[in-house]
Amino acid sequence: MRIFYIAQRLFTLPDQVSEDRYVKLRRNMAVLMFLVTLIPLTIMLFINYHQYQSAIRNETINQLRVLENKTKHSFELFLQERLSAVKYIANAYSVDQLSQEDELKNIFYTIQQNFSGFVDLGVINPEGVQVKYVGPYDLEGKDYTGMPSYQEVHIKGSYISDVFLGYRKFPHLVVAVERKDPSGQNWVVRASIDIGTFNDIIASMSLEADSDAFLLNREGIIQTPSKFYGGVLDKCPIDLPPKTFQPAVIEMTDPQGREIFLSYVYFSKQEFVLFLVKECSLLLRSWYALKGQMLVVFGLSVILIAFIIFRLTGVLVRRIKHADERRELAFRELEHSQKLSSIGQMAAGVAHEINNPLAIINEKAGLMQDVLERTDDFKHKEKFLGLVASIIRSVERARGITYRLLGFARRLETNYEVLDVNEILHEVLGFLEKEAEDRNVDIELDLAQNLPKVHSDQGQLEQVFLNLISNALSAVQDGEGRIHIRSWEINENTLGVSVDDNGCGMTNETLRHIFEPFFTTKKGYGTGLGLSITYGIIKKLGGDIKVASKEGVGSTFTIYLPVKTGSAEGTV
Amino acid sequence: MTTMKVLLIDDEQEFTGALAERLELRDYTVQTVDNGEDGLSAVENNPPHIVVLDLKMPGLSGIEVLKRIKSRHPDLPVLLLTGYGSTEDGIKGMQHGAFDYMMKPLNIDELIAKLQEAAGK
Repeated sequence: MRIFYIAQRLFTLPDQVSEDRYVKLRRNMAVLMFLVTLIPLTIMLFINYHQYQSAIRNETINQLRVLENKTKHSFELFLQERLSAVKYIANAYSVDQLSQEDELKNIFYTIQQNFSGFVDLGVINPEGVQVKYVGPYDLEGKDYTGMPSYQEVHIKGSYISDVFLGYRKFPHLVVAVERKDPSGQNWVVRASIDIGTFNDIIASMSLEADSDAFLLNREGIIQTPSKFYGGVLDKCPIDLPPKTFQPAVIEMTDPQGREIFLSYVYFSKQEFVLFLVKECSLLLRSWYALKGQMLVVFGLSVILIAFIIFRLTGVLVRRIKHADERRELAFRELEHSQKLSSIGQMAAGVAHEINNPLAIINEKAGLMQDVLERTDDFKHKEKFLGLVASIIRSVERARGITYRLLGFARRLETNYEVLDVNEILHEVLGFLEKEAEDRNVDIELDLAQNLPKVHSDQGQLEQVFLNLISNALSAVQDGEGRIHIRSWEINENTLGVSVDDNGCGMTNETLRHIFEPFFTTKKGYGTGLGLSITYGIIKKLGGDIKVASKEGVGSTFTIYLPVKTGSAEGTV
Repeated sequence: MTTMKVLLIDDEQEFTGALAERLELRDYTVQTVDNGEDGLSAVENNPPHIVVLDLKMPGLSGIEVLKRIKSRHPDLPVLLLTGYGSTEDGIKGMQHGAFDYMMKPLNIDELIAKLQEAAGK
């Protein structure tokens, strides 16, 4: 974690808005994903909503139509049967037979046994008087000339009346059939039918409690009891819809303010209209249940989508961020190594070119020294000797610089051997102990026992340790400096060596450039190559180097070395 | 002990001139030439005890000169001079029979020590 933190500090771009950028990216992704998933889902919801709604409505209407049709047929069949029965009686028996009370009774009982609903049976003579009557009322001798049924039957030959009260003040309808006697006089056979039978037919529709079905005549007078719109012979508050012999359904508000489906059909042979009323709310109840389920599914889907998007964008953005960071790191490393390589080439060229003049200066000055030493004393001999010695020393120093430049540039061929890192540290410290003692700097060693031997290059490791420890020495104060050197086994493939000082530390800006060639804080006497060379060597040896530093507190350089070439597992 | 004859082959005359004088001051007999061809003829005409040969020269390269000297005088010690840090060139020269190699700029005392060592062989 620490290593990651350091690496991040080392390689973070100067723009501090990057965190914000990822938050925005995630937000944009989430919004976009939410929209592209939610919009189709919502559209589907609406389409389904309307489709289901119309499907349920159509199904309800169809059911109503079917029921309506069936019921109409039942009514028509019922009436047609009664009419046929009466027609049969009128035509199968002679007027004489029908006029005999016993005969009529027999006929009536037979008909009553075979056809339900017959209340009575009567025969009306050409003068319009009922001459014979069989039934529960005393209607013999009644004059029917004023009755519409009597007039109608002469026109049409047969007749089925509306429901009416008639002489007996009880709702019934009449079926009448005309019959000519041998003399050509028109007799009429009439029968009353109890409308209670109609109720049976309606009951057989097995309607729900809130539904209503009833017959009307073509004037809108109710013929069978209605649950909501009045009793028999009341005027129906709903106006008669346009005439149709096929069941039709209309949606409307009834006089009581209820939303209803009104299914109706006109009878073709009789003057009746069948009304079937169903409350909208009733049939929509199943729709509401379905709508509720749809909304629940929709809600759950939205929650699920939101959750998945939240997790997915989180993972994606985190990956993108990591990829960006890795790319940034790789880019910086590439940039760094390119810088190193181009500077290295230049340095090598410079070193080579300078070598020859240096060699000449060296020999000329050496010759001067030789000559002076072999010359008798003269006025400024000592001074000249001193000057020559100074020239030779400067050449030595220049030689050292070109050596380092070449060493940096040439990436000396690596010579791998099996090495003890602790031993190398001790050897390097041998060079620096004198300086540390003189300056009264405390060097603490914390070297792991039984450290595995590494497969590496001795000369290059020496250079690395020398660079790091001498840097630490330059960073600390005389008298109070403390340098802590530690070696340990990180895992079976990797060793760690750290050099920790309590010196001046580094600013973040310095840290960012610390491994770049020619970057130095030792104004005037540093080449700025030490850490760059160190970095190059460690990378070449297959290891890694990390630095942590705080201004005024100190710095820690940590090296990760592979035990075998190429086995280091880098950051830990 | 007779004076030791040293042949200096280097294109940089300013360098060889000064170095020759210094060696002469230390009782060596020095002959200097500034290219490979002249060096090879000098070896034939006036055989030295030791050759000091710069590897980096225009014309005939130091390695080529070394190979030719060694082909005819396998026992003549040749001390190579290289630019600083050019270890590979020195090692390559030694594989071709050079006695040793030194890096420029030279330390005169080290050079004397090497010459003595070569003479002692």
